[in-house]
Amino acid sequence: MSLGHALLGLLEDRPRHGYELKRLYDDRFGGSQSVKFGQIYTTLARLRRDEMIDIAAVESGGGPDRKLYLITPTGVADLERWLVEPEPPTRYARKVLFTKVVLALISGRPAHEILDAQRAVHLIQMRELTERKRSGDLTDALACDFELFHLEADLRWIELAGDRVERLRADLMTSRG
Amino acid sequence: MIALQQVDPNGSRPAGDALITATDLHKRFGASVALQGLSLEIRGGEVVAVLGPSGSGKSTLLLCLAGIIAPDTGEVAFRGRTLGGLSDTALTRLRRDEFGFVFQFGQLVPELTAIDNVGLPLRLAGLKGHDAEARARSWLERLDVLDVADKRAGDMSGGQAQRVAVARALVTGPRALFADEPTGSLDSLNGEMVMDLLVSAARDNGTTVVLVTHEARIAAYADREIVIRDGKLAPAAVLV
Repeated sequence: MSLGHALLGLLEDRPRHGYELKRLYDDRFGGSQSVKFGQIYTTLARLRRDEMIDIAAVESGGGPDRKLYLITPTGVADLERWLVEPEPPTRYARKVLFTKVVLALISGRPAHEILDAQRAVHLIQMRELTERKRSGDLTDALACDFELFHLEADLRWIELAGDRVERLRADLMTSRG
Repeated sequence: MIALQQVDPNGSRPAGDALITATDLHKRFGASVALQGLSLEIRGGEVVAVLGPSGSGKSTLLLCLAGIIAPDTGEVAFRGRTLGGLSDTALTRLRRDEFGFVFQFGQLVPELTAIDNVGLPLRLAGLKGHDAEARARSWLERLDVLDVADKRAGDMSGGQAQRVAVARALVTGPRALFADEPTGSLDSLNGEMVMDLLVSAARDNGTTVVLVTHEARIAAYADREIVIRDGKLAPAAVLV
């Protein structure tokens, strides 16, 4: 799981403090497991070393969490590259896929581009599984079905997420008149 | 990570061996735009899935490629012959002799038995009753529905009816099979059986298949997919 990219995504719209990043990360991507403060600060230090983020201000009152972090142009470029790269279609990448799609959608990137890129990669694997199922035995068929339905679910979820965000955006535009 | 690049969906395809070519198709239904400048090539023997959201124009594209409706502007060519340049009679003959069709439901004549349904296009093409029946029987066997040969279409299950419909679409040995959501009314297992048989039979016969679907699992039976959005081809993402 790329915590670094998730933090860059959360910093894209405005600078934030470390504790705010932890809260946002837990809300949006944490699921049942919250991220540790230590992990957040280690990752922020690495991002700063790699010039992906900078410190916009240090507020008085002390403590490491009073720093206000800011994404740099290098960080934006790296985030952009990561967001548009589809994920390898493995079960273990699903959490990354979730984070990436949510970040891309809430930052206003077009859902259909994400869907099309991801579908192209998913379909390569789905073709292999379909072929294996057709030539294999019952055990193969059951295992391939399991993978195929999960891969299809990824794509259907991206499509639904895109439609949901677009509807919300349309509603907001209408209410603003 | 996997590196991708955006390319024109037909840009990397070798030219010259296309069975079906569509060039700059436009089609409107009243105020609604179904196709707006769509071009593609499909090679002989390919199984191609056409994907896209509802209302993207994928069924309209299929009907244009199959010569059932004409585009407002743009051209469809089959083996180098422009469909728009054919007389109604020539177009009807082309559809009857060279094309097969499978739709989501309703394409069988409910009063006729399975064997009569499958034999129908052969009789229309002038084949004698006995020969038509023998060939229809062998296709029912191939699609694993010989046991319902004497059942009326209206009395069959959805899965049986779709397999009979595939037999009827392939019995004339068409060069191209056009299928619009052929598994849309079936449960997963029956859908899989129909797709397995459809794709195997088409590959054995060298039949080109254009398959409209909204399901990725069904599209995974195809050699490649094209994605339609707002009446145009979406740029394909390919591995580099």
